[in-house]
Amino acid sequence: MRFWKNKRLPLWLWGVLAGGFCFFMGFLQGQFSVVWQKAAMICLECIGIG
Amino acid sequence: MNGMNRLRFQIQILYTILTNGYVYGFLSGKIYRGKLKYACVPGLNCYSCPGAIAACPIGALQALLNQNGFHIPFAVLGFFFLFGSLLGRAVCGWLCPFGLAQDLLHRIPFFRKRKRLPFHRILKYGKYVVLVLLVCVGSMFLFGGFAKVPAFCKYLCPSGTLLGALPLISANELLRSQIGGLFFWKFGILVFLLLLSVKVYRPFCQYLCPLGAVYGWFNRFSLVQIRWEEEACTSCGACQRACPVDLSVQEISRSPECIRCGRCVDACPTNCLHAAVRHRKKE
Repeated sequence: MRFWKNKRLPLWLWGVLAGGFCFFMGFLQGQFSVVWQKAAMICLECIGIG
Repeated sequence: MNGMNRLRFQIQILYTILTNGYVYGFLSGKIYRGKLKYACVPGLNCYSCPGAIAACPIGALQALLNQNGFHIPFAVLGFFFLFGSLLGRAVCGWLCPFGLAQDLLHRIPFFRKRKRLPFHRILKYGKYVVLVLLVCVGSMFLFGGFAKVPAFCKYLCPSGTLLGALPLISANELLRSQIGGLFFWKFGILVFLLLLSVKVYRPFCQYLCPLGAVYGWFNRFSLVQIRWEEEACTSCGACQRACPVDLSVQEISRSPECIRCGRCVDACPTNCLHAAVRHRKKE
């Protein structure tokens, strides 16, 4: 117990853990497929003809 | 160029080549469609660049916000938390292709160089306005026909014009035949920003980049820091004179404007500034 009381995770590590959680939630909701579908097609808006 | 700054330049070049290494795309005027595009690169690197092997985080964020109904864009937030917590705005200084383009132009020995634009204290908030209004609100509420529009990519992003539009249009006849007013608007913005960056240090990064706004929030606690040993500091001001965005020694590393370029480290005569990973202070 004393170990846990004395060891506080640094903020950057909390950020990395939050990132991991977000990846997991994004994966569950199929968001990576949405990203791929957008990134694998030529984005007409990005190149200024959309 | 010395020490850390030279290393930074080499990494910028290497990283830009690596993340835009799909050479066939440049030759054929098509883009890479492989599985790496499920992931985002840390910097502002248009996914419509023919060489891009991964997605742009701001483009991906808008794609998620463009969906019907509101969904928290977890996938992209994951990349923001990961890269931000580890690197902060070191991403801007070391891993952004558009930052590299501005760095190179700023080395052209024309004009007297300026670190900042007039009204910097107000203008520096422009990137937060772009993030909120164009990237978030614009992507959720701006419609073009029946579909939502990625407003930042469509109306502002100079990285899309430089890395995406110009190589694609020069290699793809069909796309070249479709350019119109919007392209010239974006091309004008690109030319303006590139010309401005010959005189002012990274104007897009300092005043307009929404990705820099996001990573700036992580600067205070990211793993990679510029560490200042106050006891060894003689307050000579060499670091502030060397800093391309004119930060004082107290602001270096902690400020959302610091891109960890390392010029302060190279300039410090007493070596009281170091690039380091965050450590816990001794109690």
